[in-house]
This record gives sequence, C-alpha cells and structure tokens, in this order.
Amino acid sequence: MQLLKETNIDFLGRRKYFLGLSLLLIVLGGASLLLKGGPKFGIDFKGGTLVYVKFKEAPRVEEIRAALSAKGLNVATLQPFEEGPDSHELKIDLDLTEEEVLTSGKDKIVATLRELYGGDESKMDFNNVGLETLADRVISNPKMAESALATDEITEGVRALLAFRDEAPQSGLVADFSQLTSVEGVNPDIIAALQEEAYPGAFAIRGGGYVGPKIGKELQWQAIKATLFALGGMLVYIAFRFEWIYGVAAVAAVFHDVLITVGFFSIFDREIELTVIAAFLTLVGYSMNDTIVIFDRVRENRKLTRRQPLESLLNLSVNQTLSRTILTSGLTLLAVLCLFLFGGEVLRSFSFALVIGVMIGTYSSVFIASPILLWWQGTVAASGGRARRK
Amino acid sequence: MTGSLRNRLLITLAVTLVALYGVIGLPTSMQDIYDHLEEKITLGLDLKGGVHLILQVQVQDALRAEADRTIRRIEEELGDLPAPLVPESISRNDPETIEEADGIMITAEGIPAERAADFRNTIEQYFPDWLPSSRTSTIWELRMRPASLALLKNDTVTQTIATVENRVNGLGLTEPTIQQHGRADAEYEVLVQLPGLSDPARVMQILSMTAQLEIQEVLDPTPYPDLDAARAAHGGALPANSEVRPHRQVGVVGALNQFYVLNAIPVITGSDLRNAMPGRNPQDQTWEARFVLSPEAGSRFGDYTGANVGNLLAVVLDNEIKSVATIQSRITDQGSISGLSGQQEAQDLGLVLRAGSLPASVEYLEERTVGASLGADSIRQGVRSSLLGLALVVIAMLLYYRKAGINAVLALLLNLLILLAVLSYFGSTLTLPGIAGIILTIGMAVDANVLIFERIREELRAGKGVVGALNAGFAKAFVTLVDTNLTTIIAAGFLFLFGRGPVQGFAVTLAIGLVANLFTSVFVSRMIFDFVLLGKKQVKELSI
Repeated sequence: MQLLKETNIDFLGRRKYFLGLSLLLIVLGGASLLLKGGPKFGIDFKGGTLVYVKFKEAPRVEEIRAALSAKGLNVATLQPFEEGPDSHELKIDLDLTEEEVLTSGKDKIVATLRELYGGDESKMDFNNVGLETLADRVISNPKMAESALATDEITEGVRALLAFRDEAPQSGLVADFSQLTSVEGVNPDIIAALQEEAYPGAFAIRGGGYVGPKIGKELQWQAIKATLFALGGMLVYIAFRFEWIYGVAAVAAVFHDVLITVGFFSIFDREIELTVIAAFLTLVGYSMNDTIVIFDRVRENRKLTRRQPLESLLNLSVNQTLSRTILTSGLTLLAVLCLFLFGGEVLRSFSFALVIGVMIGTYSSVFIASPILLWWQGTVAASGGRARRK
Repeated sequence: MTGSLRNRLLITLAVTLVALYGVIGLPTSMQDIYDHLEEKITLGLDLKGGVHLILQVQVQDALRAEADRTIRRIEEELGDLPAPLVPESISRNDPETIEEADGIMITAEGIPAERAADFRNTIEQYFPDWLPSSRTSTIWELRMRPASLALLKNDTVTQTIATVENRVNGLGLTEPTIQQHGRADAEYEVLVQLPGLSDPARVMQILSMTAQLEIQEVLDPTPYPDLDAARAAHGGALPANSEVRPHRQVGVVGALNQFYVLNAIPVITGSDLRNAMPGRNPQDQTWEARFVLSPEAGSRFGDYTGANVGNLLAVVLDNEIKSVATIQSRITDQGSISGLSGQQEAQDLGLVLRAGSLPASVEYLEERTVGASLGADSIRQGVRSSLLGLALVVIAMLLYYRKAGINAVLALLLNLLILLAVLSYFGSTLTLPGIAGIILTIGMAVDANVLIFERIREELRAGKGVVGALNAGFAKAFVTLVDTNLTTIIAAGFLFLFGRGPVQGFAVTLAIGLVANLFTSVFVSRMIFDFVLLGKKQVKELSI
C-alpha cells in the first residue's frame, strides 16, 4: 500500500499564505490571552487550593458558588470535571489569598458542602472516611461485641467495603448502603454495624491539594528554565550538525508552535498545569524531530546538486519526505487522539496540548522552518554577498 | 548463516531475554507475572493514590529554644563565678521567619564596666557557639557564630525528618518516602510521600504536631481570665523564671480560657518518656493518654512529687495546658494526660509522644492528595487508552507495510519491553506523565521505522535491487535517526536536570525509550530483514 508516489508540490511558493495563516492563529491566540488577562495557570503555578468532588446527584453549581463566596472564599474555578451526562463531578479551585486561608481552604470547602447537603452529625460519612477511623468506629459498635468476630476480621471487612467504594463504577461514592450487599466475603453483621455507625454522604472528595505561593513561583521559573535550557541545547546540537541558521530556524519554528498552542489553551479555556509543561516539551521535541528530518534531506540533496537554487532544493526535500511526514504524523496523532478521547480527565489538558502540538509541529516544519532558511539566504546572505563584491 | 548475522542474532536474543526477565521474572503461573510486575514497577502517587506533602521546618523555633537554654546556663555560670555576677537582665530577640533566623541574638544588660572581662571570659570559655560584643559599656550582645548556626539548623532538619519517620512508622504506613527536599535556595524543606493513604487530614495533623510535653509546677493556684490579670496580680511583673500558659476548657460551652502562672523550668519533659499509649480513665471512662517515665526521670519525679504533696501540677502540651491536678501522693513512673476530645486524640497523642517531639514547628507548603478512586480511574483510563492507541498503530503499520510491518511491530514491542525492563531494574517510579513519555516513545519508534521503510521504497523506485535498497535505505535513514533521537535525548536530559516531579518522570521514560529506539530500529530491524533474506540467492521482491 502506498499513500503518495513521487509528488512535486510547490510548498515554498505558497509560503506567504501560510505565513498569513500562522499570523492569524497567533493574533487570535494573543487576542484571547489579552481579553482573558494572560494564560490561565493551574494551582501548580499560581498557588491555591484545589478540590475534586463527586456528587450523588447533579451538583447545584450556582448554589455552591454562592455558599462558598458567602464564606469569604475566593472561588477561581467551579466547573464540571468529567464531561458526560452521568458524571457529577466538580473541580473547585480557590485563588490564593492569605496563607492561613490556604491551608484550611479544603476544610472550609468540605464544611460548606456539608452545610448545603446535610449530614448526620452522630455518624460517620462513609464516602469521606479513612480505613482506620471507620474500622475503629465499627469495632466499637455493640453489635460487633455480640458477634464472635475478631477485630482483624472486622478491619478486613471494612477494608473490603472501602475498596468496593473506590472501584469503578462507584469511583469513590456509594449512593446507597444496599449496594454493599454485593461485596463478596463480608460478614452481613459488619454491614449492619456499619449502617448504625455511618451514612452514605451526598458527595465524596476524590483528591486535591494546595500549593503555596513560594512553590508556585518557583515551579513557574523552573519550567521556563528547563524549556530554555532544552531549547538552547537543541540549538547548539543542530548548529553543530548543520549550520547555525538551521538551528535558529528550527528553534524559531518550535517557538511558533508553543506560542500557538498557548493561544489555543486560552481560546479553549484550558488550564496550564504542571503536566501540560511536560506536554509542551514533548511538542518541542516532536516539532524539532520533524524539522530535522527535512533539514537532513536538504543537507543530503545539497551535496548531490550544488547548483540548484535553495527554493527548489527545499521543495524537493519536503516532497521527498512528504509520505513519511504524513504517515508519522498520522500515526502519532492516532495514538495521541486515543489518549485525548479515552485517557480520562486527569490527562485531558496534557493530551490536548499533544493533539494541537502534533498538528502544529508538522505544519511548522514545512511552512515556518523551511521559509526561514530561504529568507535568510534571500536577504542576509545575499546582502553579505553584495558587500563582498564591492 | 554469516558470522556477523549470528552475532547480531545472539545480541538481540540476549537483550530480549534480559529484558523479559526484568519485567516478568521467572514465572510459573500468570499470577507470578502479575505479582512480579506489581513488585518491580512502582507506580507513582498519581496512579495508586496517596498524599504528597512538603513541610517547611521553622528552624527559627529551634534557634529561639537554643537561645533560651543558653540564657539560663549563662545565668548559672555567672552566678557560679568566685564573685557572682548578676546582670539586670538577659533576654533574646524574637526572629519570626526563617529569613530572620540567623539574626538570633542574646542581649545582657547591666554588666558593670569593671566586670566586663569576667563576662567575656565566661562566654568565651563556656559558650563557644556565641560571639560576644559590647554595645555600650554595660550592654553586651551575643550572636551565634555562622558555623554553629549552620550546624544547629542542619541538626534541626535531620531531627525533624527522624521524628516524622517515627510517626509515619507508628501509623503503620507502608513504603513512605521521607527525605530532605532538594530545592535550590531553601534547605529546610522535607518531602513526605505516603502512598495508599486513606485519611490525609488526620495524618497531616499528626505530622505537624510539635508534641512538646512539659509537666510544670503551678506557682499560683489562681486561674486568671487573661495574661494582664495574671501580671497585675503579681504587682505588674511576673516572678523570675515563670511563664503564663492558657488552659482551654474542652466540652464546656461558652467557657473562657483560664491562665495559670507556671514555673518555666519543667519538672518533666517529653524526652523523659519511655512509653505512651491511649487508655480510659477508670473513674469516668473518658479517654486519656498514659505515659511511663524512664527510670532516671521516674526517681526525679518521685522525689519532686513526694516533697510537694498538695501542690498543683500542670500538663502542658505545645504551650497549652491540657490539665491541672493536685499531687495526691508520691508518683514515681507513670502519669496521664486528660482533657482530650476522645479516643482519636488519645491514640494520636500516644503515637506522637512515643515518636518524640519535633525540634521546631513545621508548616505545609504543598499538599497533593489523590484519592484511591481517582488513582484507579486514571490508571485504568490511561493504560486502556494507551493500549488502544498502540493497537491502532500496529494495525496501521501491518496494513501499510505488509510483511515489513511485522518487522516494525516486533521492533516496537521490543522497544517497549526494554523500556519496562529498565524501569524495573532501576526501580524507577511510573507516573502518569511517564506513561505519556511512553506514548511519545511509541510515536518516535513508529517514525524511525517509517523513515527507514520510506527510504527503502525510494531506493527501490530509483531502480536499486533489494539488497542495495536495504543497504542504502538503512545507511541514509541512520544519519537522520541519530540526529532526531539525539536532539530529543538532549532535551530530555535538560528536563531531567531542571524539571521536577512529573516533568522528570516524563524525561526518564522518554530518554530510556529513545535509546532503546535507536537499538531496535537500526540494529534489530535490520537484522530481521537480513535474516528473512538469508539463503535466498536472488531476491526480486521485498514485501514493504
């Protein structure tokens, strides 16, 4: 099977249109960034408190927002976490205010939700309790004293019930205790005692955390530093293997890719988290890989045909590697799309960056990096040549 | 078979076997394979759930405490001089943040000018950590020497780590990570990672409890409503070596704090304890934390209580009075802390008293919790989608390159096997970004094969024979592969050096994957081609 035989498309001749397209994308992203006041950083970088909550029923978002604000909490994000009609998950994100608020932010969110959704003060919330605490409570139930069960057996039973709670499809929230009867190997007496000591709460905290302002600032700086060093290292390597202008062109193309991807993040209202930085760096590596494949071909063709003008040399090289470019990008996009569609919400922003990155990275090798080489030779190198002739 | 091909085949087989052994061990059943995988490939907190904490040790607390101890000893030494010297006052300043910690200073006022030499000699002889300088003729300032400061701060962090370790072990948590957190400009941070933890709030509270226990003599049996009232009752100034501590009223609605005047020098401290455990008060069945004293402290406590029957003692935890009780009789080696909220507090207090106190308070700079259910979801979805992506890529390669596609798929699978083996041999931790790094490796491995195969096709189209096209295709693609893979490996190296946590996990799998990629795509893939062509005298066609 073969996608393309030998092609002869004049890519470089149409470079002005593509430059226009790139500019348009950059301007759109830039406008979105301006309107929204800069990139939307996750708590990793800006500092703050984050909580993932799963609800039994569809959460009353506006009511929750009002209740949190009434408590003086600075709500930055309050949005559904997982897409889909059956999911009742919220991501609640508090902006950094004072340090004391920070460390207690999670407790305050939980307290506010408990006020809204009610709870049984005299019992434990099965959906928000740890093993040791719950096991102690069940062991102290009079029903357990009557039964001949050893404390170890009770603890193991409670452990199995909590494991059931955390498995899919419950995923942390048991709506009704009648579900527990399906757990195998747990003595019914334990479940009976549990029902007296605990109730299935209306929501479950699935995770979260907080990041202090110092750590956030440092992470920001560290990510920028790592990126700059990685870019510098690649530039030096390419300059060493090719010519320095090849390195500059490749890095400029990569810069273009990151700029557009950040713009897309702003347009689609996605947060830049720590894992997204890893994705940006993947994008940098991927785009660089793609550019080098073409440059490599240019270097090879130059040795074969010294007389040919650079523009047709570039066109020839791009055409020669075209079937490889399409195939590799297509296959990588396939893998990344799987991750984006089925990889779950934790990986969503990461895979979003990769989907955009693979497409932009492929595009920029042909339409940004190659024209820079041409432009360099057409203006700078040519004027240098004229100067020498004088 | 030519010698070169045999050697290459042997190398490939050896690498495959070593990698296979690393990943699955020597299994006798499917369960063995599963167990071995679980044991060798450590999953990160984001995949199996758990808590990640960064604590900051407030070293200035330890410096303040050291200054207080020094002040007391200076007073003793000056009093022991042949001609006792009693300064008007010796006090310290109060650094509140880590940045101010190095400014710790003791000020001695009212040293007569003619005794200056005595004072200076005493300090230099007995307190070599402190550097005396005179501010005026009668006021002296003592600053800690830089080397002593560094040593004390370092000890404080080390001791904090040891205590946190004790407490984590006391909680029975498995596979914890507790280490100094290597940030560039702040050495006072401790990283704590607790996988599989189900009750983060409780553990955070236990870890951050300073747990400094002191049993102090109550100098004045009257409880006062506040500090000022206590001071006023003693004529405006508290007696020497005394301090006022609050007693919070537990379980009494609307009750205000009570303040007692205590002897600042404790009878018993936390370091005198031999053991501690929760228990119930036999009279009213309320929960308490019981402790047993070491033999030496027991006899000291026996002497003290025997001589002070009828007086009051206060049990003070972290500068707050937990209970005040009258000494009924001589007590030798046991005591209890009452006034607790319930069983949980009694258990936790028993645990922290056993594990020892922190030399300084700690603050949480960062906390990340991944609930067990969230981790399970992530790994299920992450692994499932990765496998789906891999399957689609494999199918596409087989369709497109036919028999040569088998070649590429073998190379790809071997690449993944080597990657997993290296992770398991080095005991690296696999995180979500690590899985993403594996996906990028798949992408680059596919690219390597596509590059080579497209090149071979090109050479075939140019009219070369099969062997010639293979040789030329591999030779030319090799240059490109080295350039692309090395560039990305360099980038991964920088990510590893300058990145943190997730970024590092990503860089590790990426770098391993790319090195394996060079081996499988160039060396192994070529070998398979040669092996297939072996023995065929004239090859007219290549399934590619």
